[in-house]
Amino acid sequence: MATKHSSAHPGGVGRWLSTVNHKDVGSLHLWFAGAMFFVGGALALVIRAELFQPGTQWLDPLFFNQLASLHALIMIFGVVVPAYLGLASWQIPLMIGAPDMALPRLNAWGFWLLPFAFVLLLAGLLLPGPNGPPATGWTLYPPLVLQGGAGTDFAVLALELVSISAVIGAMNVAATVLNLRAPGMALTRAPFFAWAWLVTALMLLAVTPVLAGAGALLLADRHLGTQFFDAAGGGDPRLWQHLFWFFGHPATYILILPAFGIASQIIPTFARKPLFGRVSMMYATVAIALLALISWGSHMYVAGLPLAGRLFFMFTAMLIAVPMGVVVFNWVATIWRGSLSFETPMLFALAFVLVFTLGGMSGLMLALAPLNIQYHDSYFVVAHFHTMLAAGALFAVLGGVYYWLPKWTGRMYDERLGRWHFWLSLLGFGLAFLPQHFLGLAGMPRRIPDYALAFAEFNMLSTVGAFILGLAQILFLVMVARTIRGGRRAEDRVWEGAEGLEWTLSSPPPYHSFTSPPKLR
Amino acid sequence: MASADHYSPPDTSPWPLGAAAGLFVLALGAGLAVNGVGPGKWLALAGAAVTAFTVARWFGRVIAEGERGGYSQVVDRSFRWGMAGLLFAEAVLFTALLGALFYLRQLVLPVLGGGDLWSGFSADWPTAGPRGPEAAAPDSIPGPGQFSPIGAWGIPAINTLILFISAGAVVWAYWGLIRDNRAQLITGLFLTIALGAVFLALQVYDYARAYAELNLRPATGVYGATFFVLTGLHAVYALAGVGALIVLLGRALKGHFLPDRHFGLEAGVWQWLFVSAAWALLFVFVYWL
Repeated sequence: MATKHSSAHPGGVGRWLSTVNHKDVGSLHLWFAGAMFFVGGALALVIRAELFQPGTQWLDPLFFNQLASLHALIMIFGVVVPAYLGLASWQIPLMIGAPDMALPRLNAWGFWLLPFAFVLLLAGLLLPGPNGPPATGWTLYPPLVLQGGAGTDFAVLALELVSISAVIGAMNVAATVLNLRAPGMALTRAPFFAWAWLVTALMLLAVTPVLAGAGALLLADRHLGTQFFDAAGGGDPRLWQHLFWFFGHPATYILILPAFGIASQIIPTFARKPLFGRVSMMYATVAIALLALISWGSHMYVAGLPLAGRLFFMFTAMLIAVPMGVVVFNWVATIWRGSLSFETPMLFALAFVLVFTLGGMSGLMLALAPLNIQYHDSYFVVAHFHTMLAAGALFAVLGGVYYWLPKWTGRMYDERLGRWHFWLSLLGFGLAFLPQHFLGLAGMPRRIPDYALAFAEFNMLSTVGAFILGLAQILFLVMVARTIRGGRRAEDRVWEGAEGLEWTLSSPPPYHSFTSPPKLR
Repeated sequence: MASADHYSPPDTSPWPLGAAAGLFVLALGAGLAVNGVGPGKWLALAGAAVTAFTVARWFGRVIAEGERGGYSQVVDRSFRWGMAGLLFAEAVLFTALLGALFYLRQLVLPVLGGGDLWSGFSADWPTAGPRGPEAAAPDSIPGPGQFSPIGAWGIPAINTLILFISAGAVVWAYWGLIRDNRAQLITGLFLTIALGAVFLALQVYDYARAYAELNLRPATGVYGATFFVLTGLHAVYALAGVGALIVLLGRALKGHFLPDRHFGLEAGVWQWLFVSAAWALLFVFVYWL
């Protein structure tokens, strides 16, 4: 029975403040992620400018470390996760044939917590010296974090708000994928993006509360006199490391699994072939998630774990390479003998596969306990996770936006601008982060504003690359603005090889996506 | 009545923005207050009030929509998945803190007791650490430089019994609804709330005794820290459970819930059963062993 849905909604600012519509909330997430991307990117460029030459140029070392912490917290919790949530909110109902997310009001609540959380985090910048944001990096290790001022409290409280938002978002995605699939769409036949997000959501539910709890213990140690992280009271600073990495290690996979989903939508479309080994890929993502949950100690090889512990975490962390190999193999096999075409989304998706494989290799090196002792806390680590995030996750999100923007706006983007954006981003990424591998292997430590003369050339290259990567994103902004304001009309099935329910709707789709469940072929 | 698979998404709502703003003001106020900014605590109170008001109006709206029959089976299932997710997150948080207790007690303590760094420190649980007060016998009056842990077989054992009976009562109330026996539903809910309130009152009494007589505080080394954080988190869960049950009792008295439409009641029952099960773990690992 098809019932008429009201598609009336208020206009102007009121629409955005009170909306619970999945497309509106998705757009809010994406605009917020975009804004924070430029804030976090500006911080990165300040950091790279300081590192252009040896010696301290204009940043006080404490302030340098505070900026590095803010950069990391913003990029992880303010850019990548909200961007994934925005794509989920926009796309999952379209792809599984639902009118909206399962819990639309919670969807909006999850979004609104984010801007408030980042106001709280950035408020630390108004406070002087050690009272400012934490100087600990995003890992917030005690005892250093216990010595910070009000800015540290604001950062931890901001993380509590982000945790609530993440739990709400995860529970909503899980409820949507589990409950609102079109009749006849078995879970194994769900679009891979929806599947990858379901696995991500279950992981988020399993680890985010641990971050929230650990943050509460930190605040208790700072202000209530408890001694969880103080050996004089029987505590242990490594308790934080265990709790934090129990969250943080799965979090690194949370930051990449939705990217798998995006790439697995784009690559079959432009290879004009179905995704190779789709069910094996579904099992692989589950295996990745399960192994990620028991590998947290691979970040703690130098923290004094017993030998058995180091061996266990080394094997589990390295074992993840097996399902990862399945995933990459399937992408390559999808491309194999396909009728390829190279529109901007495909360029970003292929670059994602490439840099993800590269980052996976350096990840394997870091997972090896004996090697890790050498690489720990060096620029090699920085190079590894920026390969995964500043190229991997970022390229997947950008590719996804290019892929779905014509569906969202009903207009085609400017292909030439898109290609410029892609090639400049790839060049910027390569220049910025490949030299950092060599810096790390040569012994340059991370989180430091000054370095030995021997590291000068590679740092100079890295800074030039970072500025190219950063400035190239302005092209992206121009592209999005021009697409929204005008451009060639997009067809309903935007891409020739695109399969899936979202392409059966008009471009742009109606305000409530599927008012009655679609019939599956 | 809507058809089983019908799902009409809600229109606009101001409550999500309101609840987020309330939590922000609460967090900002708390952050200022713990750093010695006087008006911080008033700000935090205002934030808590805004959050509570918003959530109350939000729930009121959802309850009204549900009672009008606006929710089909699909929506009902979405709510159930959502509540399952929330309970799972609650359980993860609780397990993480239990894990912290296990780590500190089983893995860290032997290292602190066995090394040269803290000579003369014996690694026996309960402990307040090498520089903390020494542990006396459970429930005894501690001397100077001592603290006493809370023994298992006094109030904690009574509380275990209370929560187990209340878990039975809440299931009995639920069966009452299923069999359309309203009197059993209302009696069961009332009984559960009364037992929950007695439980919380006894916990408050135990906390007061710990402060006044046993010299046991959150600052009493790892024993005090883990004791208060774990039992405190459980008390928060229990408080939320009793609050939900009070609302549910009020709704039952107004004639809400049908044998085949009662998600709200079931969510309250789930929460209360979780509170009872979590207490069983606390009793064994925090109070007893």
